[in-house]
Amino acid sequence: MIAGKFDSLCSHRPDEQRIVITGIGLTAPNGNDLGEFRRNLLAGTSGVVEYDIRYVGKTLAGVCRFDELRHQGRKDLRRGTRAGSIGIYCSQEAIKDSGLDWANFDKDQVGIYVGVTEHGNVETENEIYSLKGFDYDTKFWSHHHNPRTVANNPAGEISLNMGITGPHYTIGAACAAGNAGLIQGAQMLRLGEVDLALAGGVSESIHTFGIFASFKSQGALAAHDDPTKASRPFDMRRNGIVVAEGGCMYTLERLSDARARGAKVYGELAGYAMNSDASDFVLPNPERQAQCVRLALKRAGIGPEQIDIVSTHATGTASGDTQECTALREVFAGSPRTRFNNAKSFIGHAMGAAGALELAGNIPATSDGMCHATLNVDELDPDCALPGLVIGDPQELGQVDYILNNSFGMLGINSVVIIKRL
Amino acid sequence: MIRAEIRTAVLDILSDIAPDEDLSELKDDVSFREQLELDSMDFLDIVMELRKRYRVQVPEEDYMQLSSMASTVSYLEPLMKEVASK
Repeated sequence: MIAGKFDSLCSHRPDEQRIVITGIGLTAPNGNDLGEFRRNLLAGTSGVVEYDIRYVGKTLAGVCRFDELRHQGRKDLRRGTRAGSIGIYCSQEAIKDSGLDWANFDKDQVGIYVGVTEHGNVETENEIYSLKGFDYDTKFWSHHHNPRTVANNPAGEISLNMGITGPHYTIGAACAAGNAGLIQGAQMLRLGEVDLALAGGVSESIHTFGIFASFKSQGALAAHDDPTKASRPFDMRRNGIVVAEGGCMYTLERLSDARARGAKVYGELAGYAMNSDASDFVLPNPERQAQCVRLALKRAGIGPEQIDIVSTHATGTASGDTQECTALREVFAGSPRTRFNNAKSFIGHAMGAAGALELAGNIPATSDGMCHATLNVDELDPDCALPGLVIGDPQELGQVDYILNNSFGMLGINSVVIIKRL
Repeated sequence: MIRAEIRTAVLDILSDIAPDEDLSELKDDVSFREQLELDSMDFLDIVMELRKRYRVQVPEEDYMQLSSMASTVSYLEPLMKEVASK
């Protein structure tokens, strides 16, 4: 019944209840700002490289190479976490991109909502590794451990770095977290809790051996002689996930505020939905995923045939890819014009940042009319043969009005965000 | 270790803890806090690094002894007498 509250078309809402994106800051394995990221997505440039991590040894990962010292001193880098550093870089760049008069903006009215898949594994592993050198004597355990591992750390570091005195917290939502951060930001703006939301997701997961080892034990860690070909959702020869780090933070504002200051608007968060499978720890549930997509469409007040691009979640595991395609095939059966693509085939799975990053990679389609491709589909899995799947090369679509972004995670958490061109 | 070596050891620790600071002009008789941006977590870092690198244990009631370079070296001198020079 709750869904009924959102039935009205977004364009029929008052501007104070319509939420728009006015700034984007990101770091991805193949780009450190939106322009570079988009160019590499259109050019087919992968960001997956060879990678070595303790205990697991040689593997592959999506590694970011942003300028850490652009917004932080070396002391802050030493004291904080990689997730915090990624969050700071993305947030600072998003504010810069937004054109807001930041120096004079009331920092009490800014909220920070950061999606994370997990937090604290990296710091705990590092501390235990260090402690091993002291025979596990806990008097050598760092006093930095708690502030580094509290679940709000990445959002808190942004607050400290930028002097933001409104609410800050993380949203733990497995790999649906990037979308969940955006949704939380939009909700807080609609409630009038804040006037500006810094919302999105971050991931430092490539620095924890546990993530790699666990996927390996699950038979879900990708391997390939050529790193750029390892992440291959929808392909018959896919063999798992490439873990990536990254971050993407958006500035969200009410449309009324954005218009009043003449802000550049990337798009409107026209619809969103989150739900749960309630069926398995790791296996996805296409019925619930389809339900989530439909709910987001309903809230946006549109039908599936109006969606130009679906940014898929597919990670390169056989069960995950086919289940998502089952859900999408059902929802979009009557919409042959809809195109589907996948950013993980370029950068791997950026975990808590994935949803926010993958959406950002598609947003420029509303101005350039292009749909970036899915890489590495040499032999399409018949179970993933969506009619509109864009493979190999980008496609020119002309005007793009709506983008739908899927992001799903373990324990059966589903999230969908729909962006509308304004 | 003699006093000069202890001073170098403390300076090494400070350069790791406060990598953005210029330590070349550090005045030994002026408190660290008057010259450097150090907070309580940084002082705990000094204590931890002394423990990790030299197995020197500084009890909490002695933390005030670490307020300046001169007082730190004087405090550490008897504790680090047996520590081998690097």
